[in-house]
Amino acid sequence: MGENTDPVLLKRFRSGDVRALARAISLIERRDESVRELEQALRPDAKTPGVAGFTGAPGTGKSTLVDAVVSLLRKKQSSVAVLATDPNSPFSGGAILGDRIRMQRHALDPKVFIRSMGARGHLGGLSLASREAIRLLGAFGFDEVILETVGVGQSELEVAAVADTTVVVLTPNLGDSVQMIKAGILEIADIFVVNKADLDGYTRVMAELRAMLSLAPKAEWKPPILATVASRQEGVEQLWEAVLAHRRHLEKSGQAQALSEQRLRDETGEVAAELARRRARQALEDDPELARRLLADRTPYRTAEEILDRKR
Amino acid sequence: MKVRARDAKEVWKEEFESSPARDDGIETSTISGIPLQPLYTAGDRPRREEELPGQFPYTRGIHPSGYRGRLWTMRQFSGFATAEETNRRYKYLLANGQTGLSVAFDMPTLMGQDSDAPTSRGEVGHCGVAIDSLADMETLFDGIPLGDITTSMTINSPAAILLCMYIAVAEKQGVPASKLGGTLQNDILKEFIAQKEFIFPPAPSMRLVVDSIEYCAQEVPKWNTISISGYHIREAGSTAAQELAFTLADGMAYVDACLERGMHIDDFASRLSFFFDAHIDFFEEIAKFRAARRIWARWMRERYGAQQERSWKLRFHTQTAGVSLTAQQPELNIARTAIEALAAVLGGTQSLHTNAMDEVLALPTDRAARIALRTQQLLAYETGAANTIDPLGGSYFVEALTDEMERQAEAYFKRIDEIGGVIPAIEVGFFQKEIADAAFRYQKELELKRRIVVGVNDFTVDEEEPIDILRIDPRLESQQSERVRDVRRKRDQARCTNALQSLSRAAAGTDNLMPYILDAVRAYATEGEIMQAMIEVFGTYTETAVV
Amino acid sequence: MPSTAVRPVRIVVAKVGLDGHDRGVKVVARALRDAGYEVIYTGLRQTPEMVVDAALQEDAQVIGLSIHSGAHMTLFPAVVEELKRRKATDIIVFGGGIIPDDDITALKKRGVEKIFTPGTPLQDIVDWLRKRFPDSPAK
Repeated sequence: MGENTDPVLLKRFRSGDVRALARAISLIERRDESVRELEQALRPDAKTPGVAGFTGAPGTGKSTLVDAVVSLLRKKQSSVAVLATDPNSPFSGGAILGDRIRMQRHALDPKVFIRSMGARGHLGGLSLASREAIRLLGAFGFDEVILETVGVGQSELEVAAVADTTVVVLTPNLGDSVQMIKAGILEIADIFVVNKADLDGYTRVMAELRAMLSLAPKAEWKPPILATVASRQEGVEQLWEAVLAHRRHLEKSGQAQALSEQRLRDETGEVAAELARRRARQALEDDPELARRLLADRTPYRTAEEILDRKR
Repeated sequence: MKVRARDAKEVWKEEFESSPARDDGIETSTISGIPLQPLYTAGDRPRREEELPGQFPYTRGIHPSGYRGRLWTMRQFSGFATAEETNRRYKYLLANGQTGLSVAFDMPTLMGQDSDAPTSRGEVGHCGVAIDSLADMETLFDGIPLGDITTSMTINSPAAILLCMYIAVAEKQGVPASKLGGTLQNDILKEFIAQKEFIFPPAPSMRLVVDSIEYCAQEVPKWNTISISGYHIREAGSTAAQELAFTLADGMAYVDACLERGMHIDDFASRLSFFFDAHIDFFEEIAKFRAARRIWARWMRERYGAQQERSWKLRFHTQTAGVSLTAQQPELNIARTAIEALAAVLGGTQSLHTNAMDEVLALPTDRAARIALRTQQLLAYETGAANTIDPLGGSYFVEALTDEMERQAEAYFKRIDEIGGVIPAIEVGFFQKEIADAAFRYQKELELKRRIVVGVNDFTVDEEEPIDILRIDPRLESQQSERVRDVRRKRDQARCTNALQSLSRAAAGTDNLMPYILDAVRAYATEGEIMQAMIEVFGTYTETAVV
Repeated sequence: MPSTAVRPVRIVVAKVGLDGHDRGVKVVARALRDAGYEVIYTGLRQTPEMVVDAALQEDAQVIGLSIHSGAHMTLFPAVVEELKRRKATDIIVFGGGIIPDDDITALKKRGVEKIFTPGTPLQDIVDWLRKRFPDSPAK
């Protein structure tokens, strides 16, 4: 088992060793059971970091924007961790993760932690691993966590399921970006940002967005539309103000509490699914008779119930 | 007769198909992946009016007299270590019959930083000569009359600074700027696309390029202000068609930027020059060069409405493919380079650099550099290749391949347009992705032995004989650092600070920056300081990761 | 141990030095990805300190460096030294680029485990990693 029961990992983690944090996140990523113990041991001193999710199509300058937000937060003396998730190559096993590139200027700042996460092996998607990683980052002492993901597939929905505030990034230069907004984005966006606002087409995108939002059903929180030029650090302060305003809104309206409870329920469901999946796989491996019956009768429901009904 | 000819081709086809084919699994497409017929005949040529050299669209050459009028310029790129040592190499090359100088700068100089910067460690003088200030430039050209030679300078992000240094050295020699001839690479777009030696973001980078083009049109009229380069795009792993398309697209982006500045097309178009790679797939390269001339002429005349013939003519420098050289059995590189150089000559290049056989290992030794130059002399004087203009014109195969190159380039122009132009395409990583895909495909073909590189994945030898390579003395870095500190100590600091502050102010406005840079250069501001004065206003650029 | 719990090999791949020749490093990154490794590409012009920091945060077991500017004798050992300083000598370092034979010997002495020169088949790099990490799940 080796490092799965690494007795010094917790100690190193508590002493502020970045490598211990990095290793613990790896354990989460590969769904190693030992991380449960680590998480439990850490729970008493865990604080809850603020979590903002950034999502947008490739080419919107998302990473540059996140990098600019990191710079701002550092100016405000907050420590910040970035989880850059890449859902692009989930099945091959291998992955190339390149989102760090734009944030490498913060690489030497001990109050900044950047971690790239592939989608390898995350049968339940990225949200479960992200939630656990966020908890670890909080325990390690980070004030803010930023989740970044390319808005493809389901990844932005997963980010929204984890973040307190979801920021959707658009640009004027990617064709009909507003029309291309996928169904479902409206529901998850707490803030819209039009990045690269110095480019042609900026006013058009703003107008289209406004028109689109005016059709949205009335809600307590009306997503603001902000303009940034991340490469010049312009508009970033206002963006962060909007994130904080949204956070205050969640607190005041009681949604923060409701959300947190709902998420605990969701997470429990996901964990249960994961545990059940693991038990099923194990049972079919350990019990050739059961496997034989399954293959003969072709009855996955009945076999699953039988496995879950077994005493452990 | 007609009927018989058709029958003959049918007969050939049957005989070809019934003949046994080689079963070695080697690709029969070009190195860029263009599928080839086993035979081209009259039927493969589209009908068009006869093309002639010196006449639109210049497919067969821009000069009516080809190389009968004038041979290509043999221009060997060199530079290493300190300005003193490079100065000695230049005098040696000029004495050996070279007709133009070409300066290679070291990495810190190319990246706009001084030799004593922390990130210059280990890099000073390695890939070229270290130039920190006007003082180094004075040494570099000491005893070389700048009015009598032409000089090519391979530099991009800080190109304006190095050009100003050259102008300032000429001033000291008493040579007016209007007499200076040469070429500045100054092609920032291909840096974003391929070579990645960018510093500022695209917009201010383009401004500097246009500033230098505009300034030279008035003050240094014989200078080729930009060398729009496909070489680096190809070396980064692109196909021949990508090299052609992306380079010409860059060229049009510069034309657009100059027009936007309010310049007239015929005032600058003839000072734009190009720089291509000559790779090892012989016929494909010749087709590429021919297609380049035809496409450019048509776009300049028809899309941009250039009136003067000289604006339509694409002139280019060629370098044999560094990427085709092998560290294994390096003497083979002499043969490769000779074949590539012949392709450049048959493609009608205006000037040529032939690589030295040891260039893949380090900077060339004197002996290797001489063999490389002699290879060109051999082509010019022994082979007869210069006697007939465009000798492959009319070849069914080469004409068909030329058309295919043109077709693929036009398809790329369309895609780039759809993305919104060259800079948006850079920002979303379009070129980078296309190039990385092509490079990966080629590498895979090598691994599968569907392509052979002699001495590398076949025909290898067990024991390689070591060859002499030129090494850079590690003490050079501290000496050069001391030199730049000395310059900073001895100069008129108030004048220097003033010049740098004026430059920063001007950068924040819209003035042409060339006169401000020239002032700073004259005041012995270092390259790193001048860049910093602009970085404060322009910021720096980080690329989108495309792997 | 359930198959999901095998530790995947994470490799930080970086270009140190000032040159921007990234054809090689990108081809290698793709080949490693296709072989099942997780590659974290940190881009151009990385200082040794930045590379090591990235490797620690990313929990990488391997650092792959690429250089074409001739500064390998300065920068490769600087990465190894930085790993020592950060007490992370279990992370192994390999490099690629135009590197003469004499330099390869010297670099190995200074802690760079493996150097790949131009013309090396990609499979050789993958084979070396598999030998080095026999338990990894790379296919």
